[in-house]
Amino acid sequence: MNLKAPEFMMNGKTSFCPGCGHGIIGRTLFENAVEMGYEEKLITVVDVACCSLFMYSTDCDFVGAAHGRVLPTAIGVKRSRKDNLVVAYHGDGAAYSIGMAHTMWSAIRNENITVIVVNNQVFGMTGGQMAPTTLNGQKTTSTPLGRDINLSGSPFDVTKVLKSFDIAYLARGSVDSPAEISKTKKYIANGIKNQMEGKGFSLIEVLSPCPTNWNVTPLDAIKHMNETVKNVFALGEFIKDGVVL
Amino acid sequence: MSNKKVLYDSSRCKGCHYCFYYCPKNAISKSGHTNESGYETIVINDDECIACGICYTMCPDYALTVIRDKN
Repeated sequence: MNLKAPEFMMNGKTSFCPGCGHGIIGRTLFENAVEMGYEEKLITVVDVACCSLFMYSTDCDFVGAAHGRVLPTAIGVKRSRKDNLVVAYHGDGAAYSIGMAHTMWSAIRNENITVIVVNNQVFGMTGGQMAPTTLNGQKTTSTPLGRDINLSGSPFDVTKVLKSFDIAYLARGSVDSPAEISKTKKYIANGIKNQMEGKGFSLIEVLSPCPTNWNVTPLDAIKHMNETVKNVFALGEFIKDGVVL
Repeated sequence: MSNKKVLYDSSRCKGCHYCFYYCPKNAISKSGHTNESGYETIVINDDECIACGICYTMCPDYALTVIRDKN
C-alpha cells in the first residue's frame, strides 16, 4: 500500500507556516477517519485560530466555531447528529484559556465527544502571546522578558486536572518524531473509537512545534521539544476506558 | 515503470527539512534551490532510499508519497 495523505486533504496547499505541527496532527486525524471507515461521517469543529486553515485545503465537513467555543459548538452538533463522528479540534489557547470553562464542564458531564488540543505553548494566530501552557521563562510577545510563574502561574497541565474527572480517555502525544506521531495516531484512533461506542469524553493533547512564534527554525523547534517541552509535559495515556492508569 | 520510491511534489514543500533530519538512510539532501514560494527544496537519492515512510510521516505539507505498491 502506498503512503499518501487522503485525497480529500490535497484539495489545495496547506496554509500553515513552515514546520507547523498542525499539518501532521490533522493528517493523523483524517487518516484515522479513512482507515476506520468514518470518512463520510466525520464533522470536524475547528477554532477560529490556526486550525481553521484546514478548511481551505481539506474537502470534508467542517464547522468553524468562535474562538474558544469549539466544545459547546461540537457538543451541539453531536447531540443533534448522534450517528456522526464529531471531533473538536483546537489549540491550547482556546481550550485552556478562553474555552477553559467549556473544557471543564464538557469533562464534568462526560460528553460523548472526541477532543484534540494542539499544545504549542503560545497563541499562534494572534501573534505568539503567552498561553496557559507557556513554559516558565519562555519569551512571548506578551512576556518579552520570559514568563514569570510568580506573576502568571505555572504552565497548565491538563492531565493533572482531568485525571480526577470521570471521563473515558485522556492521553498526550507529540509530533516531534516518527515514533511519537505513530503513538499520537493511535491515541486519536482510541478517542474516535470511544465516541462511536458511546463511552464518553476523550481528550487527546498533542505537543506541537510553532517555529514562527518561537522564533526558531523548524529543526530547532523539534530539538527544543525534545530537550525542554517533553520534560514539562509528560507523554502517554492517563485514562483509558474510564480507568486512571 | 519508474524506479522512484518516493514521489516529491516540490510545489507543496515549505522547506522545514524534517524529512532530511529524520531520514535513517541519509537519502534526502537539501537541493540548494528554491521552489516558486521561495522555500528550499530537497533531493531524494532513490538508490539509498528504503521506502520506510518516515519522510511521509514527518512531512506537515503532504509533499511526499511513498511508493510501495509497484502495480
